[in-house]
Amino acid sequence: MSTETQVTQSKGDGSAVAESRRAGASESVLRPPVDIYETAEGITLQADMPGVAKDRLNVRVEGNNLLVEGSIGVAPQEQMTALYADVRSTVYRRRFALSNELQTDQIDARLKDGVLTVTIPKRAELRPRRIEIKS
Amino acid sequence: MFSYFETPLLAEFRRMEQEFDDLFETWAPWSGGIRSLPSGTFPAVNVGSTPDAVTVYLFAPAVDPKSFEVSLQENVLSVSGKRELATETEATYYRQERFGGTFRRIVTLPEDADPDKVEATYRDGILQISVRRRESAKARQIEIH
Repeated sequence: MSTETQVTQSKGDGSAVAESRRAGASESVLRPPVDIYETAEGITLQADMPGVAKDRLNVRVEGNNLLVEGSIGVAPQEQMTALYADVRSTVYRRRFALSNELQTDQIDARLKDGVLTVTIPKRAELRPRRIEIKS
Repeated sequence: MFSYFETPLLAEFRRMEQEFDDLFETWAPWSGGIRSLPSGTFPAVNVGSTPDAVTVYLFAPAVDPKSFEVSLQENVLSVSGKRELATETEATYYRQERFGGTFRRIVTLPEDADPDKVEATYRDGILQISVRRRESAKARQIEIH
């Protein structure tokens, strides 16, 4: 059971920031936009997570799922009030179900300028193979 | 015609979506404003205010910092740039949700924003622009002789 409370704060200049909090659960989460493509070698995922540095990034495989999590490291300054906010959370999270042909223990993850690139190769025996014709 | 397939649950979600839109139009005039952009426009923008400065955050990952053009005229800040997305040729794409191409966002700053005191830094995909406020707005101590 959880209760939901709506808190609206009004700032002096007339702008308002609305926060919704569910007691006992986490704050709202940002779902990073992703590009996903497959090649003969494996699958590559690119996720936009601006504001996330390596020390606040968490990429892991849980069972058959790839979990991508990160939190924004820009600290709001003291006495800062919001005049406009497209982004109202500091946490990115998204989950992807993987298939068995992926070699999850050989995951490669890189982070640059807020973009996470994850590459997962396919198991070697399942990659398409050319068959040589001997004459 | 397709409403025939809509279950009561979907109708409920549609009603909630309408309510949220109405709520935001009243409480957050910027999202219903006549110049407002649809949510999800790249890059996302946050604007914060302190007594000394106004700070604009643009969430623009993987943009070449040299391609940013930042200009401040009167008290209107304009930021434009280009994000190049490399598309693989020998690949099958399942999802392409990320934005690629040129963009521009415009922010109206408070009256006392000083166009000579602008600092911009790009880090981890966020372009942070700080504009200091003019000094004259602060109270001054008057000496009695």
